[in-house]
Amino acid sequence: MRIEIRKEVFEPYREVAAYQKILAITGKAGATCVFVGTMRDFNEGSSVRGMTLEHYPGMTEKHLHEIAAQAGERWRVLDCLILHRVGEIRIDDVIVLVAVWSAHRGDAMDACRYIIEDLKSRAPFWKKEQLDDGERWVESNTTGYSEE
Amino acid sequence: MAVTVKYFASLRETLGRNEETIEFEDGMRLSRLWKKANDGEPMPESLMTAVNMEYVKGDVELADGDEVAFFPAVTGG
Repeated sequence: MRIEIRKEVFEPYREVAAYQKILAITGKAGATCVFVGTMRDFNEGSSVRGMTLEHYPGMTEKHLHEIAAQAGERWRVLDCLILHRVGEIRIDDVIVLVAVWSAHRGDAMDACRYIIEDLKSRAPFWKKEQLDDGERWVESNTTGYSEE
Repeated sequence: MAVTVKYFASLRETLGRNEETIEFEDGMRLSRLWKKANDGEPMPESLMTAVNMEYVKGDVELADGDEVAFFPAVTGG
């Protein structure tokens, strides 16, 4: 399992491929589920120019390890990779990567969904958006579905 | 006895501070700590709270050396 908070931009698919190479799961993984979250240029009816992501150093990493461990208890997970940006984020930057390897797709997809949903609602990160006319803290995450 | 108190995000900006040490006698609970640190103001219900980097619910009792964190709803991912 690898869980990291990154200040620098990362390329998620390269990270998945590189991590998979060092996993000792040759012949075991029948499914890899990958979630990549990227930064939009709109939110709640406003154009967004950029964003600052704050976290609680120590607790954030601890919480993500706990989420991953819980997913491993609920589903048959071979391994997982979670990377999350902090600091200054630009439009189209990758914010978060969650990758889960399992023998079968159901476990991989359910565990990946569980991790990202818990991360969105419980992991201590906070977004501050830069708009055309100032800044604002994002007050809550969405349900994950488009409303328009 | 003393605890370290941390504030994050919009709460940190509103209060104008990110960390402080609060000293107390025996029997300090979360809500009393908040009031002591914030001029007697009651703790906003919407805040999330953690003690030693674990979420807590309710008015838990604190111990010497605890790290307490107050913060608004999280918005990562």
